[in-house]
Amino acid sequence: MCTVCGCQTSIAASESGAGPTHHVHDHAHPHEAAHDHAAHGLLDFGRGSAGLEIAGLSQERTIRIERDILAKNDAYAGRNRARFQAGQVFAINLLSSPGSGKTALLVRTITALQGRWPIAVIEGDQQTSNDAERIRATGVRAVQINTGKGCHLDAHMVGHALDHLPPVKAGLLFIENVGNLVCPAAFDLGEAARVVVLSVTEGEDKPLKYPDMFAFADLMLLNKSDLLPHLDFDVGACMEAVLRVNPRIQILTVSARTGEGLAAFYDWIEGRAAALSSAGAPGD
Amino acid sequence: MHEVSLIESVVAIVAEERTRQAFSRVRAIRLHLGALGHAEPEALRFCFDAVASGTIAEGAQLMIEMIPGEGRCSACHQRVAMQDRFAACPLCGNPQLLMIAGGDMRVAELEVE
Repeated sequence: MCTVCGCQTSIAASESGAGPTHHVHDHAHPHEAAHDHAAHGLLDFGRGSAGLEIAGLSQERTIRIERDILAKNDAYAGRNRARFQAGQVFAINLLSSPGSGKTALLVRTITALQGRWPIAVIEGDQQTSNDAERIRATGVRAVQINTGKGCHLDAHMVGHALDHLPPVKAGLLFIENVGNLVCPAAFDLGEAARVVVLSVTEGEDKPLKYPDMFAFADLMLLNKSDLLPHLDFDVGACMEAVLRVNPRIQILTVSARTGEGLAAFYDWIEGRAAALSSAGAPGD
Repeated sequence: MHEVSLIESVVAIVAEERTRQAFSRVRAIRLHLGALGHAEPEALRFCFDAVASGTIAEGAQLMIEMIPGEGRCSACHQRVAMQDRFAACPLCGNPQLLMIAGGDMRVAELEVE
């Protein structure tokens, strides 16, 4: 947790990897100061809604507020989204369980596309900068967010991470979420697309077991296809399962190790990124 | 457990309400939780006391009312109950239901004094 403001961003390691630097606060945090009336020597019985105290009559009342619990996250996500749109940045939220090969996929994708697009990466993990270092080895800018005990990235953390990245104009931003098939589903980060990675070493019924993650994804990458000859994984059953949860999802079978099927993923990214750039171009 | 983050948001909402409306104690917080939403009521209850400790919400009772899932069928256009997010229409068997209720999570009411 940030010790300055109490927000849940723990450490946004600087882009150079030179260790933690405190993030910039350009928004107001409502700070809940501990308030002890007795400490002021004042016990004010007239502070209730009625403005007075009558023995035996409680000032208890019900306030109807009807407020969305995720509204705050969604407001930050809206700000991130506006920022991406202004910069014509195609932002992808990359989701999966731990060990499905997200980072390997990302490294390979960046290597293929970095000559054609400006690229930046936000890495989310509970601990370590290992993934950001793997990304930086490709020459691309990356910020690591360590969530500490947190199990997902939220839009507030991503907003802070963006402050640590040079602006990527008309390019690609990959946000690699914390490896977790449950918690990240609820948190909009402001992304233009959600890509969920499932590897063939996992069960083919995972989309049914963890439907939230698949229900709102735009694309599923079925990774580690090079291992299929050694496994009993039923690709057809897996596709049937994910389409049951999300009939609109697109599916690509890929291998981050051999590169099989990745050309289609690159086309998918570039098609969307190009549409975004032309839609945002002045005069269009 | 993302329920901790959600409860932190609930406590933040309560604290924000106190800046708008005068109250010194929260007796109860009533949540409306969609049955098809992203949170488990037991997990929310489990972390509430720890998260609320030391805040305006400390000592409040967390009351969770579940809002059942409801969908509209894209084929027969009827409103139907949804038990899970990928349920087929119980009337016509169409596999595509558009969820219209039971997905959101709201702080509905506060009992304060």
